[in-house]
Amino acid sequence: MRRALLLGGLAVLALALAALPFMSGNYLVRLATIAFMYVVLASSWNIIGGLAGYPSFASAAFFGLGAYGSAIVRAHAALPLAWCAGALTASLFALLIGPAILRLRGHYFAVASLVLAPVLRELVNGATDLTGGGMGLTLPGSTALSVDATARLYYAVMLAAAVGTVLFTILILSSRLGWALRCIEQNEDASTVLGVNTLTAKVAAFVASAAPAGLAGAIYATWIGYIDPTDVFDDLLSVKPIVMAFLGGVGTIAGPVFGAAIFVALEELVWRNVLNFHAGILGIIIVCLLVFIPGGLGSFRHAAARVRALASKQTNGTARVRSAA
Amino acid sequence: MATTLLEVTGLCVGYGDVRVLHEVGLVVKRGEIVCLIGSNGAGKTTLLRALSGVVRASAGTISFAGESLIGLAPQQIVRRGIAHVPEGRRLFAGMSVRENLLMGAYLRRGARTEIRRDLDLVLTTFPRLAERLSQDAATLSGGEQQMCAIGRGLMAGPQLLLIDELSLGLAPKLVGELGQALLAINRAGLSVLLVEQDVATALRLANYGFVLDTGHIVLADPTALLAKNPMVQEAYLGRAAVNA
Repeated sequence: MRRALLLGGLAVLALALAALPFMSGNYLVRLATIAFMYVVLASSWNIIGGLAGYPSFASAAFFGLGAYGSAIVRAHAALPLAWCAGALTASLFALLIGPAILRLRGHYFAVASLVLAPVLRELVNGATDLTGGGMGLTLPGSTALSVDATARLYYAVMLAAAVGTVLFTILILSSRLGWALRCIEQNEDASTVLGVNTLTAKVAAFVASAAPAGLAGAIYATWIGYIDPTDVFDDLLSVKPIVMAFLGGVGTIAGPVFGAAIFVALEELVWRNVLNFHAGILGIIIVCLLVFIPGGLGSFRHAAARVRALASKQTNGTARVRSAA
Repeated sequence: MATTLLEVTGLCVGYGDVRVLHEVGLVVKRGEIVCLIGSNGAGKTTLLRALSGVVRASAGTISFAGESLIGLAPQQIVRRGIAHVPEGRRLFAGMSVRENLLMGAYLRRGARTEIRRDLDLVLTTFPRLAERLSQDAATLSGGEQQMCAIGRGLMAGPQLLLIDELSLGLAPKLVGELGQALLAINRAGLSVLLVEQDVATALRLANYGFVLDTGHIVLADPTALLAKNPMVQEAYLGRAAVNA
């Protein structure tokens, strides 16, 4: 019954997502594309931050490297190759830096991951020959497609990336690595004495988190057509995915997806209505959500179950009292 | 005559500048239950952590079944047959009892029939776990959690089980129950190194005992002798030395 409901819901969602680009204007298509990009970022953060419980602020670093990797390759190669190059650049970076910073735990790891994006931003700024420095890079646009067609192409590509990332997360969660990560999240020392090679598992999770984020950056770069260091290494790109994952429910599959959708909707709503204080309002909403629903919106399901259990216990209790009387 | 399974000589371990263990020597023979007793901060847990490779020894030798364990990573030590039941149980909350137990067999890839058999063995040893297999491990009582932790250790298919504080925070009746289970496991051929603060329990269960005091082994005797030793009686069993 629940399975049928889930499948039915997914079918309706798929239909709606397929119909949207034909039914609506460029504004909604663009908004949806951004939402898909955030789904990729939040779900990929969830691999290291949610499953393994390592509070990573490296999303912006992965995103920016993906963007520059794809931009540089795009000058000489086709689009799909550029996207792969972006994902690969971010993964390689995670593989190199992971073994160093993943020995740190908790806040220490968070701070170490937080400095990655600013350092890369400065490096990219300095490497003018390769990256154009602060001037940024302009990517070759495709003149063959109209504006409408381009918007719909990137809608489809970003949607595919989002679906792919979610499937990738499901795959990891059900694998041996997923078990190791869940144990590390719970108790790293206990995992170690059971024979889990915790550093290897954490690096694998870090790389698995970097690849989709790099891909999102790569697609973003070719979509927008122009990137500069402050845009693609923006610290907000590290913070937003975390907020989204917390909104929806950390460590779950669906949590980051819903969190991203809600966040984009909120951001857009606030941005449109209170232009001069939008960041402040958004901050207040986020703080309220985190204070009042710390487990994310996904925790409502558990809360409902708890209320039901309590209610049935009470009715049982009264029944017993009555029979005793 | 039983052969030596684990032999530790001249083991020194420290954290930073603080030396915790000073040239510790210890022997566990095959099929024995050996207890390591001592007060808080004596270095008992550190010794277990060194044996399972979590902390590095700065000097000394550890040989297990004739092979040196020095410099090996924890997972290599688990593969060689030493399972560690950490202090305070350290179960994985949010995972079921079954999943916790199966995590103990993490390194035994592909050995499905053996894992199945060991799971049955754990569940016959601790029937209470069988009733709670699909329950979240965090909802177990303290005693059941300890059973689950020991079961998780057994699922690694070890030759030697290291148990850190079997009795910690448990009612005496439960400690007795766990002790019986431990004796049954031992009769089935498993050697055990038991670290205990509850000295009376430790001496009752074990064949041989070592007393660790501020990082030094100060006594090593069969438990029958240790129980009569005035120093042990006075320091750990709370009996005043009558004729002193």
